[in-house]
Amino acid sequence: MKRVCITGVGLISSLGVGRQAHLPLGPARRDEDNFAPFPIHPLPALGMESVIPRREYRQMENFQRLGTYAAGLAIADADAAALVAGMDLVVAAGGGERDWGLDEAIQAELLAIPAQGREAWLHQKLADGLRPTLFLAQLPNLLAGSISIVHHVAGSSRTLMGEEGAGAEALRVAAARIAAGTSEMVLVGGGVIAERWDVMLAFGAALHHGPWCPTAERDGLVMGSQAGFMVLESEDHARARQARILAVLRDVRVDAGAEEGRAACFAALAPASGGLSVAPMRAMMVPGAEMLADAIGSGFEASFPVGVALAALRVEAGAPPIAVHGFGHGYGEFSALVEPCP
Amino acid sequence: MKDHRGRPRVVVTGMGLVTALGRDLPSTWAGLMEGRSGIRPITRFNTTGMRSRIGGCVDFPGDVPGRPLTVAQRLIALGELALDEALAMAGLPKPFPGPLSLGLPPTELEWPARADIMLRAQGTTNRDLAIASTGMPEVHRVQQVVEPVRHFAARYGTRGFPQAVTTACASGASAIQMAVEAIRRGETDCVLSGGCEASMTPETMIRFSLLQALSARNDPPETASRPFSLTRDGFIMGDGAAGLVLESMEHATARGATILGEILGVGERADTFHRTRSSPDGLAISGAVENALRDAGLDADAIGYINAHGTSTPENDKMEAMAMHLVFGEICPPISSTKSMLGHTLSAAGAIEAVICLLALRHQMLPPTINQTDTDMALGVDVVPNMARPHGFSAALSNSFGFGGQNVCVVLGRG
Repeated sequence: MKRVCITGVGLISSLGVGRQAHLPLGPARRDEDNFAPFPIHPLPALGMESVIPRREYRQMENFQRLGTYAAGLAIADADAAALVAGMDLVVAAGGGERDWGLDEAIQAELLAIPAQGREAWLHQKLADGLRPTLFLAQLPNLLAGSISIVHHVAGSSRTLMGEEGAGAEALRVAAARIAAGTSEMVLVGGGVIAERWDVMLAFGAALHHGPWCPTAERDGLVMGSQAGFMVLESEDHARARQARILAVLRDVRVDAGAEEGRAACFAALAPASGGLSVAPMRAMMVPGAEMLADAIGSGFEASFPVGVALAALRVEAGAPPIAVHGFGHGYGEFSALVEPCP
Repeated sequence: MKDHRGRPRVVVTGMGLVTALGRDLPSTWAGLMEGRSGIRPITRFNTTGMRSRIGGCVDFPGDVPGRPLTVAQRLIALGELALDEALAMAGLPKPFPGPLSLGLPPTELEWPARADIMLRAQGTTNRDLAIASTGMPEVHRVQQVVEPVRHFAARYGTRGFPQAVTTACASGASAIQMAVEAIRRGETDCVLSGGCEASMTPETMIRFSLLQALSARNDPPETASRPFSLTRDGFIMGDGAAGLVLESMEHATARGATILGEILGVGERADTFHRTRSSPDGLAISGAVENALRDAGLDADAIGYINAHGTSTPENDKMEAMAMHLVFGEICPPISSTKSMLGHTLSAAGAIEAVICLLALRHQMLPPTINQTDTDMALGVDVVPNMARPHGFSAALSNSFGFGGQNVCVVLGRG
C-alpha cells in the first residue's frame, strides 16, 4: 500500500479563508439574529464573484460557489494547476438550495386556495416562478461539475450524498484509491452553506435553537458555512514532482451503526480521548477532544473534510499527529489520523 | 480469476429489475422483447397545465392521488423489490457480506409534507415553518438524504457506510464503477449495487420542463419516447430500480454461485465544456468509451451491442451517435435505446441498462428501440428498430451521460 499524502488544502469557514484565518482558530463568528431561533456561523464577505468567472458564477448556487472556490484553493496550494486534466475528483454534497423566497411567497397563499384547485395552482406558481437554470444549481453532483468546468479537473468524478458520513466516506474512498495505486492524484472534499431556511425547515428537529451554547452543552447541531478540499497523492508521486507534503493521511475509517449501536460503533473507530472532534453535539463525545464546531459550527458533508484539512495545516505547522473524529448528527461514525511525513 | 491487468475479475451473481414494464426481471425482459412501451398518463398527481403529463410510472398502493409516496418512500419501495430479487437470485444470506453502493437522486421536502408543517405553524414564513418543524422529528428523519441507503443498509445488513452515489443521469453506472473498484482493490469480496429513481414529482417535472428537456408529445404516450428518430423532442421521466450482486469471480466460484455475467470494464471521462451540453467534438463521450474498453482490455470490434444513453432529446442522440462513430468507425455495432420503452430512469438508468445488457448477453437477443417510424438516417446507426432480434455476441457496452459532464461507460460480458 502506498503512503497517502495531503499536498494541498483549501479551507473556508465563518473565520475566513485559508491558513491565516484558521491557524490559530480565532474567536467564533456567530449570527444569532437573521435565522433566529437558530444560531449559525455565517460566511464572511469572500468576494467569490471575483474568483469564479462571471458566466459560471451566475449558474451556480452558493454551496457550489463555495466548494468551487475551496477546490481551487486546494489545487493552487498543491501547486497542481498543471495536473488537473488527470486529477480525480470525489465530492460529498447534499441537496442544493431551493428558491426559498419563492417557497415563502407560495406558502403565504397556499392554504387559502380551495383544496379542489390547490395542486394545479401550486404547479402553475412553480412553473411561473422557478428560474430555469436553478435546477442545475441545485443538483449535488453539479458541485463536481462546476469544479470540472471552472478548474478543468477532468479525471474521474463521483459525488456521494448522505450528510456527515458521506464526507468521511468520500475521503475514505479517495485515500483508498491513492493507497492502492489506482489514482495518482485525487481532489476530495465538500462545501455546505448554513444560511439556508430550506435546510432549517426540513431539519428543524435536529437543530439547536435558542441562544448559542458550546457543543458539549447541546443536543442539537449549530450549522456553520464551510468548505474543505484537499489534494491527495502518493508519497512517490508527490516526491517525484517535488511537491510540498503537508501531512500523511492514515486509517480513514467510516462505519454506520444502527441507532442503538452507534456509541459502540464510534468507540471502535475513534481514540478513547483527545483529538480533534467534528461532532455536531454532545452525544458520544470523546473526553478531552477539541470541539471544532464551537469555532465554526457543523457543515454536514463538509464537516469531516474540513476537520482533516485543518489538522493537515496544524501538522505542517509542527503539531504532533492528530486524530480527527466525529459522527453524523443522525447516522455514521468516522475517524482518521493525520501525521507529519517522516 | 484475474483480468488482463491481474485484478480480480468481477462477476454478477444476482440481478433485479423494477420498471414501468414490470415489478421483476422476467416481466421487464418480456416487455422489452415484445417491444412494449411502459409509458402512460401520470395519475398520482394533477398534471393540468404541465408540458409533459406522461411517464414510466411505477405506482404503489400507497399512491393516493394528490398525495403520492414521497421520493424517498418510492426509492425505498422500488429498491426493496429490485435488491430482494437480486439477493434471492444470488443465494446470499443476510447480513450481506459486503458494502452497499447505489445510484440515487437527492431528496427534499416536498409540498404535501410542507403543507403538513404549515398546519402546525403559527404563520406562513419560512421561520414560522422551521420553528414548527423543531417539534416534528419524523420530518427530520425522513428528510436526511441518507435515509434510503440507511434503510437498505439496515434491511440487508451491509457493511460500512452505505454509498448514495450521484452523478446525475450516470449515477447507476457510477455506483457499479465504485463497486467494481472496491472489489478490484481487494477491499471486499462482494458489493450490493444498483440504482433507484423516483424523481417523478410535479416540481421536478416542472424543473426539467423549464430546461426544455422533456417531450411534450403526450398523446399517445406510448409513442413519445422515440430516440434516434427525426421527431424526437425530449425525454420521458421513468421510475425504476435495478439491483446487482457483484462478486469477485473467486468468491462466487468458491461458494458455487451461478455466474450470470461479468463486468469487464468501466470508464469515465468528465466533460469540462458545459453543464448540460456535450463538447461539440464528441471527445468526452468517445473518451469515456475508450477508457472503458481499455479497462476491459478489449478492442472496439469486440463489442457486439451498445445500450445507448439514447434519451430521445435532439442533442443527446446526435452527439452520442457521432461519438460512437468516432470510436467504432463508419459501421457501429447495433445500438438500441431501451428508454424508448421504460422512459429515462435518470439515477437508476445506468444500473437498469447494465442489467438489460447482461440479459441480452445471456439470451443472445437485442432489445429494440421502439417508435422507429422516422429514424434519423443521418445518424448512420442500426438502432434495432421496433423488433427484438437474435444476435450472437460476447460483450456489450452501456452508455450513461449525466448533467454536469459526467460520462460513464460499462463493458459487460457473459462471464
